[in-house]
Amino acid sequence: MPFGNTHNQMKMKYSSEQEYPDLSKHNNHMAKVLTQDMYKKLRERATPSGFTIDGVIQTGVDNPGHPFIMTVGCVAGDEETYEVFKDLLDPVIEDRHGGYKPTDKHKTDLNSDNLKGGDDLDPNYVLSSRVRTGRSIRGFSLPPHCSRGERRAVEKLSIEALASLSGDLKGKYYALKNMTEAEQQQLIDDHFLFDKPVSPLLLASGMARDWPDARGIWHNDNKTFLVWVNEEDHLRVISMQKGGNMKEVFTRFCTGLTKIESLFKERSHEFMWNEHLGYVLTCPSNLGTGLRAGVHVKLPNLSKNAKFEEVLKKLRLQKRGTGGVDTAAVGGVFDISNADRLGFSEVELVQMVVDGVKLLVDMEKRLEKGQSIDDLMPAQK
Amino acid sequence: IASTYNRDLSLIVPLLQGQKVNHRLHSCNFFLSPIAAHSHIIFHLCLCSAEFPDLRKHNNCMASNLTPAIYAKLCDRATPNGFTLDEAIQTGVDNPGHPFIKTVGMVAGDEESYEVFADLLDPVIKERHNGYDPRAMRHPTDLESSKIQSGHFDERYVLSSRVRTGRSIRGLSLPPACTRAERREVERVVVDALSGLKGDLTGKYYSLTQMTEKEQQQLIDDHFLFDKPVSPLLTCAGMARDWPDARGIWHNNEKTFLIWVNEEDHTRVISMEKGGNMKRVFERFCRGLKEVERLIQERGWEFMWNERLGYILTCPSNLGTGLRAGVHVKLPLLGKDPRFSKILDNLRLQKRGTGGVDTAAVGGVFDISNLDRLGQSEVQLVQTVIDGVNYLIECEKRLEKGQDIKVPAPIKLFK
Repeated sequence: MPFGNTHNQMKMKYSSEQEYPDLSKHNNHMAKVLTQDMYKKLRERATPSGFTIDGVIQTGVDNPGHPFIMTVGCVAGDEETYEVFKDLLDPVIEDRHGGYKPTDKHKTDLNSDNLKGGDDLDPNYVLSSRVRTGRSIRGFSLPPHCSRGERRAVEKLSIEALASLSGDLKGKYYALKNMTEAEQQQLIDDHFLFDKPVSPLLLASGMARDWPDARGIWHNDNKTFLVWVNEEDHLRVISMQKGGNMKEVFTRFCTGLTKIESLFKERSHEFMWNEHLGYVLTCPSNLGTGLRAGVHVKLPNLSKNAKFEEVLKKLRLQKRGTGGVDTAAVGGVFDISNADRLGFSEVELVQMVVDGVKLLVDMEKRLEKGQSIDDLMPAQK
Repeated sequence: IASTYNRDLSLIVPLLQGQKVNHRLHSCNFFLSPIAAHSHIIFHLCLCSAEFPDLRKHNNCMASNLTPAIYAKLCDRATPNGFTLDEAIQTGVDNPGHPFIKTVGMVAGDEESYEVFADLLDPVIKERHNGYDPRAMRHPTDLESSKIQSGHFDERYVLSSRVRTGRSIRGLSLPPACTRAERREVERVVVDALSGLKGDLTGKYYSLTQMTEKEQQQLIDDHFLFDKPVSPLLTCAGMARDWPDARGIWHNNEKTFLIWVNEEDHTRVISMEKGGNMKRVFERFCRGLKEVERLIQERGWEFMWNERLGYILTCPSNLGTGLRAGVHVKLPLLGKDPRFSKILDNLRLQKRGTGGVDTAAVGGVFDISNLDRLGQSEVQLVQTVIDGVNYLIECEKRLEKGQDIKVPAPIKLFK
């Protein structure tokens, strides 16, 4: 368990004013919301597994702000965190997820038949397509708080479930601490290998403890379906392939996830889910669908256009560099994905990406020919 | 049972006797039959082995000494402040080894850690401190600087002299475990005491959260400013939490006596000056320390100290004196001599680069300091450095003249 947080009783010796963090230079969602009064109320509580308010906010105290994005600044240590500390987390969620209210209900839709189109994004522009989400196994603490025993139990259950996958989903598990040099190199070449987090946002929350114990990568033989075990969440599930057939990627994603869920249920385990927050994950930013559907797409002209940011905003899309969340674009190739996670279903989010990227490519083609894109400007979604 | 990752073995006896017990961490009352209690013991041992860290690729003192049996015995304990074994060893689990030195691999969260986790800390201390046995031996404290012989080095070779140690405030948790309020209390107590220093020790405190740009630049130029630790050895132990809250630097107006507040320890105390007058550096060191101690005692506080372990600090490697006395010294010829390491070893000295513990020497200038911390007094260690550095300078002079040098006989530990 992270430091300073298992001794909640000790802290009560000091007044809440004495313990309240200095957030005067901070700019993250937690810092915007956590008042002295709120801290005073919440510091007396703990979840059944012993997670406290200081555990929730440590990453936000240690990391005042990020240059590119407004970070969340808090994490969950277990499923109950979202209940026990709802006074803090509800407003953080509302602020982060576009006004999502504590009474709102989240729709889950993993039926890929409901996706219209998406199989014909122009491969001259769309280099690859990918959908990822996360899943947590109910009954176990989350990465910031879990013990080694719990983490190993999550790994063991995951390996057993994944070993039962068949057909085009049949695959193999590579434990980080046991892989051979050859396996490691192959995983690097495939761009599958994840490494110990270096971001202080993650390290400060305690999720890198005991690395690389009980961490690993599973992927199918076709290398189109990949599961990360015990990185930032219990499971990160990724479907990906080269080219622009997002429909195929999403279909495999839904099939795979549904199958994995039923395999866990056969073993008397279920995923953390409720009708208000959808799928429960470590970071409040990933609640709901936990879904990021994205493409690597060439937009050298559009990206230099003054209207680029505005278009993305209207389409509810975000851009990243092709190295992931903390990188910049190289050679005009962008990672374009949905900005939302909660309050929209999986199908709705992927639909936004498919329709949005189609439009971006159309705009790029216009600009290549020196034509205007004014008539293509979308309305706010 | 899913929530019973921490069952205290000491509860088993009252359980077997049919009494109700109140479990510290869960504050629930449970009441078991003897048969159920038996299976709990087995269950507990199984749970412990599920939690035992994988140390097969590790090379640090903690990994060398932590057995599954010791882990099972200690894993459910906590100090009165709530610090646990897992927290103590986390840094050693996360950092398998350092390329140049065998790291300790564990820390204390408070003074009581050294008692509650003695089954692990005692062998770690013994390994790190050349066989010093905390159960059988006493550590001598001696801050009488007048006992030092010679101690003024040839300044054609010695560029600067420095002595540092650490001190912890009894009753407050150490940096890996302290709460924000405790850390702020440490700052308050120390800064208040330091404001009472007079004469050549008169000085000023610069809080990391409040210093101006100008003050910051001056402290950087003086080589006084410390920054948030980047070493994973430290960050994994939790000591960088809430940075830079309640951290700061105090120094006297003459810039020869400096105190770091709430970095790796509650306080790090440093006496330094350019040139080779180690005797004066140590004299100021002792005088300053004693004066600070008097000032905190006036206010009802004291330093963590006991006769087994001397001064108590966060890292077991800094127990005893916590003292590192060193010089920056020009040894371009000796530094290239193949016998250099052996000479240092026998003199009980270590070399570092002039950037500190994780750096290499530049331009033949070495940081030479004492290897040992525990089992010998401050006076003894500083004398060792003085005698040793004088010997090294003699070697350098001989090599300059083309004369041969001798590797000295190893000096005795635990005088």
